[in-house]
Amino acid sequence: MKERAWTEIPIGGVIEDAGNAHSYETGSWRTYRPIWNEETCIHCLRCWVACPDSSILLEDGKLTGIDYEHCKGCGICAFECPVDPKAIEMKLETDVSER
Amino acid sequence: MGRRLILTGNDAAAEAMRQIDPDVVAAFPITPQTELMHKFAQHVADGDVKAEFVLVESEHSAMSATVGAAAAGARAMTATSANGLALMWEIVYIAASSRLPIVMPVVNRALSGPINIHCDHSDTMGCRDSGWLQIYSENAQEVYDNVLQAIRIAEHPDVLLPVMVTFDGFILSHTAEILEGLEDPVVRKWVGDYESKYTLLNTDEPVTYGPLDLQDYYFEHKRQQIEAMRNAPKVVRDVGKAYGEISGRSYDLLEAYELEGATRVIVALGSTAGTAKAVVDEMRAAGEAVGLLKIRCFRPFPEAEIAEKLSRAKAVAVLDRSVSFGAPGGPVHKEIKAALYGTGCDIGLVNYIYGLGGRDVSMDHIRQAFTDLTTIAREGTPSDGVRFLGLRD
Repeated sequence: MKERAWTEIPIGGVIEDAGNAHSYETGSWRTYRPIWNEETCIHCLRCWVACPDSSILLEDGKLTGIDYEHCKGCGICAFECPVDPKAIEMKLETDVSER
Repeated sequence: MGRRLILTGNDAAAEAMRQIDPDVVAAFPITPQTELMHKFAQHVADGDVKAEFVLVESEHSAMSATVGAAAAGARAMTATSANGLALMWEIVYIAASSRLPIVMPVVNRALSGPINIHCDHSDTMGCRDSGWLQIYSENAQEVYDNVLQAIRIAEHPDVLLPVMVTFDGFILSHTAEILEGLEDPVVRKWVGDYESKYTLLNTDEPVTYGPLDLQDYYFEHKRQQIEAMRNAPKVVRDVGKAYGEISGRSYDLLEAYELEGATRVIVALGSTAGTAKAVVDEMRAAGEAVGLLKIRCFRPFPEAEIAEKLSRAKAVAVLDRSVSFGAPGGPVHKEIKAALYGTGCDIGLVNYIYGLGGRDVSMDHIRQAFTDLTTIAREGTPSDGVRFLGLRD
């Protein structure tokens, strides 16, 4: 995102565009990354309900993946996942080489 | 024509607030709050105003509620004094940085401890860097006039900053004076309807106030505040002039009193300016070239105007009713000194700390300062550049 000059931004830190948090990457804060396993997932959507962000991605009522641009790695999705073995596992970012 | 009134400074501020009739007033109802809010609460109880009056549990909450109301698009006011202002501290900064045009009368009283409730400027001088405009009042008339002008200054699109209108505790706040008030319809027209640039309650154009602002944009937002302060002097002057047209009383950033030909000048703000004027009159009548420079607008500090007004003086005494501990002089003194730097003037400069905790400042004290200035005019800035007026040695 191009950083703008002081003359180009709204005063007082006011954000004029509703929902523009979407364009701000906060996923870099993450220590643990949720890894989704499509094979074991039963699409119960508990993770989607529990996610305090909106980082569980759905299409037609089924999980399609995780939004790593915004997921902060809290691990609630993995905790709530009811299947065994879990369909979401938390892994240390430093142990997962690719982003 | 106006109405002749007998009011204390507190009454005068409350009367101005009654006439402004802001959308929201939030206030802590117990000491250190003064009678100002007591009077305004009476107007609310009597149905004289439509304002939503919110009583809160602390001054921190008073400022927080005022900030919330202002962010929602309301014309919001509060008032405080001394330690109440100290308790508001963090939200005082948030009001300014969120660019909310809140107007707040502040009754200048000492910050404890030891415990003291009387006049000095340690409360408002302490938040001179908070991003609020500060307008100091000499008497009850000015309290009334300044509150009315502050609304127009704060809400001006080139400014959009909160404004403190300050006046000396007890000396002005509790002393009845004769003043002239404007008629209600005149004030209604003067303040007009407030339309805020943003409002939290407009769901068609939703905005966020007070978001996280880190390394990438915080600095830019501070720069905007600096710009608003730089725009403010013109607005203060224009509003002061326009106010003159409806009231017959015009205002500027400064008031030059008998500065024509004055070689010895005292700089003061607040009620002490009134005391100094009486001494200047007396000494002028005796043929002495003395004058007074009253600072009305301390924030923003009218640096160039002050340097110009003092340029023909030989000796200047700056009166400070607060201490900046460990600093080379009181807050007003330091800034006057900075304003004179590089102007090439040859002025003997002395600072007097006076009146702390309500210690009385008499005409004798002012005379003594003028007498000292005779020596300083001859010998230049003394080695003891910071002195104390009215202190027992």
